Amino acid sequence: MALPDSPRTAVSNPPTQGFIENLGPGDVIKRSATTRLPPPQRELTPVAKLIDVSKCIGCKACQSACVEWNDTHPAIEDNVGVYTNPHDLTSEMFTLMRFAEWDNPDTGNLEWLIRKDGCMHCAEPGCLEACPSPGAIVQYSNGIVDFNHDNCIGCGYCIKGCPFDIPRVSKTDHKAYKCTLCSDRVAVGQGPACAKACPTKAITFGTKEDMKALAAERVVDLKSRGYENAGLYDPEGVGGTHVMYVLHHADKPHIYSDLADKPKVSPVVHAWKGVTKTAGLAAVSLAAVAALAHGLFARANKVTAEDDAHAREFLDGNEPGGRP
Amino acid sequence: MSDPEAIERGDEILPGNPPRVVRYRGAARVNHWVTAAAMVLLILSGVAMFWPPAFFLTALLGGGQTARFLHPWIGVTLVVSFALLARQFWRGNLWNRTDVDWVAHMGDLVRGHEEKMPEVDKFNAGQKFIFWAMALLILAMLASGAVIWEEYFGGMTSIPIQREALLVHWLGASLIILVLILHIYAAVWVRGSFDAMIRGWVSAGWAWRHHRLWFRRLAARAAHRGDAPV
Repeated sequence: MALPDSPRTAVSNPPTQGFIENLGPGDVIKRSATTRLPPPQRELTPVAKLIDVSKCIGCKACQSACVEWNDTHPAIEDNVGVYTNPHDLTSEMFTLMRFAEWDNPDTGNLEWLIRKDGCMHCAEPGCLEACPSPGAIVQYSNGIVDFNHDNCIGCGYCIKGCPFDIPRVSKTDHKAYKCTLCSDRVAVGQGPACAKACPTKAITFGTKEDMKALAAERVVDLKSRGYENAGLYDPEGVGGTHVMYVLHHADKPHIYSDLADKPKVSPVVHAWKGVTKTAGLAAVSLAAVAALAHGLFARANKVTAEDDAHAREFLDGNEPGGRP
Repeated sequence: MSDPEAIERGDEILPGNPPRVVRYRGAARVNHWVTAAAMVLLILSGVAMFWPPAFFLTALLGGGQTARFLHPWIGVTLVVSFALLARQFWRGNLWNRTDVDWVAHMGDLVRGHEEKMPEVDKFNAGQKFIFWAMALLILAMLASGAVIWEEYFGGMTSIPIQREALLVHWLGASLIILVLILHIYAAVWVRGSFDAMIRGWVSAGWAWRHHRLWFRRLAARAAHRGDAPV
């Protein structure tokens, strides 16, 4: 039997059989600020993390596991009366449980909606499109979008490119950080730390195909329980994502702490890195070449001996006769 | 027209053989070249952080992180330096009727018939265009640049605004480079212009040919003061 190229589940223990370590340079399919990328050496099975919001109990085990595995140190903040802690994603907190209270107008129920926020690992990543530094952001053939901090210059363009407001630039080392989908674990056959820590299996991990099948089962179950708008969040606007949600109200993602209803990379970002870039560079090059050519071949505008003579005549108090 | 107040400080005709005309005093030249140096560094680092094939240019400023850090500070230096330059130059760059006439005769200038042009004061309409275009574009770059200065102002504006600022910053940059090409080109084509900005003075013949009205005003002032005849 062929060895798997990626973990099929998050909860299992590390593989004891040989596992083909991956996510090396040969698995990169997109690289920031790089046009001529060598073709990948192989095609890895697409993976995905499925977050079933309806199963989440808000325990924050995922956040703890994330901090533990990535060895980050989020600042201790003040309690302002909400469970969301810290108050926002930071360069030290790659995932965040966002708590929202929603008054369901159809049932009159107050619903507590808890969404684990973090990088969605878009198939068409806006961060990667915006990044100016070659190789600071890469996308692997299994779908993981990863930041390579050695190449990060800290400009924050990824923040502007992201349709989900995810990356954060550290005030300490001035590099951008976000969820890696535990690429360093996945590469050696283990699922993401958050998925492994989740006590209710609200977070599961596997091939994207399996995760979609699992989501479909969950949607059927939720519909049978009266959540008629239950569905999978795998937004097409960004080519699909490798972190997906099962939502009990998939018709209105925004009620889950402002999850984007129809996310897509902003047209402004496309214009900036697309048509205006080409047009601007072309105009500048053309002007430079034209100026150089004219400067080399056209007759220069030189002061003549006549000009000098007229100037002297004028200074001597005589208006030179007529124009030179 | 012969209002001596309207003459920039330091501009004067130096008698001698050959006679010379002081065009830019030291402060103006220092301001100009500090601005120019900052502009070159900004363009190189800016293009490096926008156009991937030029990314290697960040090495000029000490690598990507350092270039990212320095670029906005060089921008601040340029804004301050240009403001000091503009304080000296803005009056001479006010638009007037002669400029309309000058623009109408631009074809003559390009064809080498400068004698058909109206007499020009310290700055011609082309120079005025470059001055005001630079002033406006630098303001636009300052405003859009502040919005995307992640280190200090990253959280102060919404992300959609920051996206717009990125676009404005690039469009402004490409326009500035175009204006700069025009500026350098004109300075090279009109021989003797570089000397004006490097040594500070031009020959009397240069002043007569290109800025006769300015030359006349300087002479009139000298006569008014009762300076010794040249």
